[in-house]
Parts: sequence; structure tokens; C-alpha cells
Amino acid sequence: MAKKFMYMNTKAPYGTIYALESLEVVLIGAAFEQDVSLAFIDDGVYQLTKGQNTDGIGMKNFSPTYSALGDYDVNKIYVEKESLEERGLTLDDLQHLTWEDEDEDWAEKDSIKLVSRAELADILDDQDVVLSF
Amino acid sequence: MTTLHTVNKSPFSSSALDNCLGLAKNGSTVLLLEDGVYAATAGTKSAEAIANADGVSFAILGPDAQARGIEGKLADGIKVVDYDGFVDLVAEHDKVHAWL
Repeated sequence: MAKKFMYMNTKAPYGTIYALESLEVVLIGAAFEQDVSLAFIDDGVYQLTKGQNTDGIGMKNFSPTYSALGDYDVNKIYVEKESLEERGLTLDDLQHLTWEDEDEDWAEKDSIKLVSRAELADILDDQDVVLSF
Repeated sequence: MTTLHTVNKSPFSSSALDNCLGLAKNGSTVLLLEDGVYAATAGTKSAEAIANADGVSFAILGPDAQARGIEGKLADGIKVVDYDGFVDLVAEHDKVHAWL
């Protein structure tokens, strides 16, 4: 019986190791065919900004990895609207993440869903396991 | 005594920038680096606080802004420096106060 796993991402990338560690754990968890969701709140929304270029800071740019999540059947990615707005960002500032739906002739669909804090609370309430990074 | 203040924490997860702005004197410079660069994003409360801090100069470390994908969203009036510019700022001020 697959459990519902939620990975909560709350920290900006590069400044601390949390964002990269979360991504590693998500990819490992996905290999065990659990029902995986990701949420990005607070500074976690910065993990998904597009156009990241780490050439100048000598660190690995791991942001392209998010676009591979769809291939691992990780396609429920929730971004909290309030966190995004507070940071002067919109969905257009984030990567466009997609997945292909096997049941609909591999139609390409959006992975990111913009949700309010109240909607996210309901989604969290529905999970079996919540891991925070 | 002129001071270069450095802030390396996001304004949303730490009070480092607020503390720094509260105590920075006229003629000092605040350099935003690492996660501190998010403070300079246009349309945020922190960018507003920076715009209202009269008498204090602001600079941002370009490579850190580029790494985070926000160099196109910076508020006006903030000077972007590279690592050489960082060294110049340190040399131009009497001391460095690294806020945590």
C-alpha cells in the first residue's frame, strides 16, 4: 500500500544544504513508488526560480533536476501563493515543470499548482507522512 | 569610522537585515551577499526598507544574485559588484561588520 509522502521545502537554495538534500531524498523516495507530493513555502519558493546560474559561486546548479521529477512520477508540486507574492514573484518567475500523463496518450501537463495557504493546509492534512526541509 | 556591513541571510528567514538597517550610520555601506541578495528583489518589504534608508549605500554581490536567478528582478539604485568589487569595498571602509 503506497503511502502519501509530502516533502515540505522551506529554505532558499545554495545558502544552506536543505534544498539539495530534500531533492536527493525525493528522488530516492520516488524510486520506492510512493505517492509523492512536494510543497514549496516561505524561502523554499526560491528553489524553483528560473535562470539560475552558479558559474560565479563555484557551486553545482541543481535547479535543472526539478524538471526531471516528472519522469519519476513526481507531478504534484504545490507552490504557496502567499509566499510567492510576499517575495515579489509570480509563477512566470518559476521554471515551467511538466509531466506526461500515460493515461491520456502521454499528454503534457503542468506539475506546479499554485495554492493558497488554506488549500495547502487541507493537502497537508491528507498526507500519511510529512518531511520538512 | 566608516563601516561595511555584510548581510548573508534572507530577510524572510532572519532579522539580520532589520538589525543592520537599525544600527547602520550615515556614510556606511551594506553589502548583500549569499541569501542576503533576496532582500534587493523589487516589490518586497525589504527592498522598500532599503530604498528608505537615507545616507546608507547598498551593494549586492552579482555572482550570488545570478546563482539564484534574481539578477533581472533587482530594485533600482543598488550597485552590483563582483568579488573584486567586494575586496574594494572592504579596503575602502575602516572595518567590516558581518551580521548574522
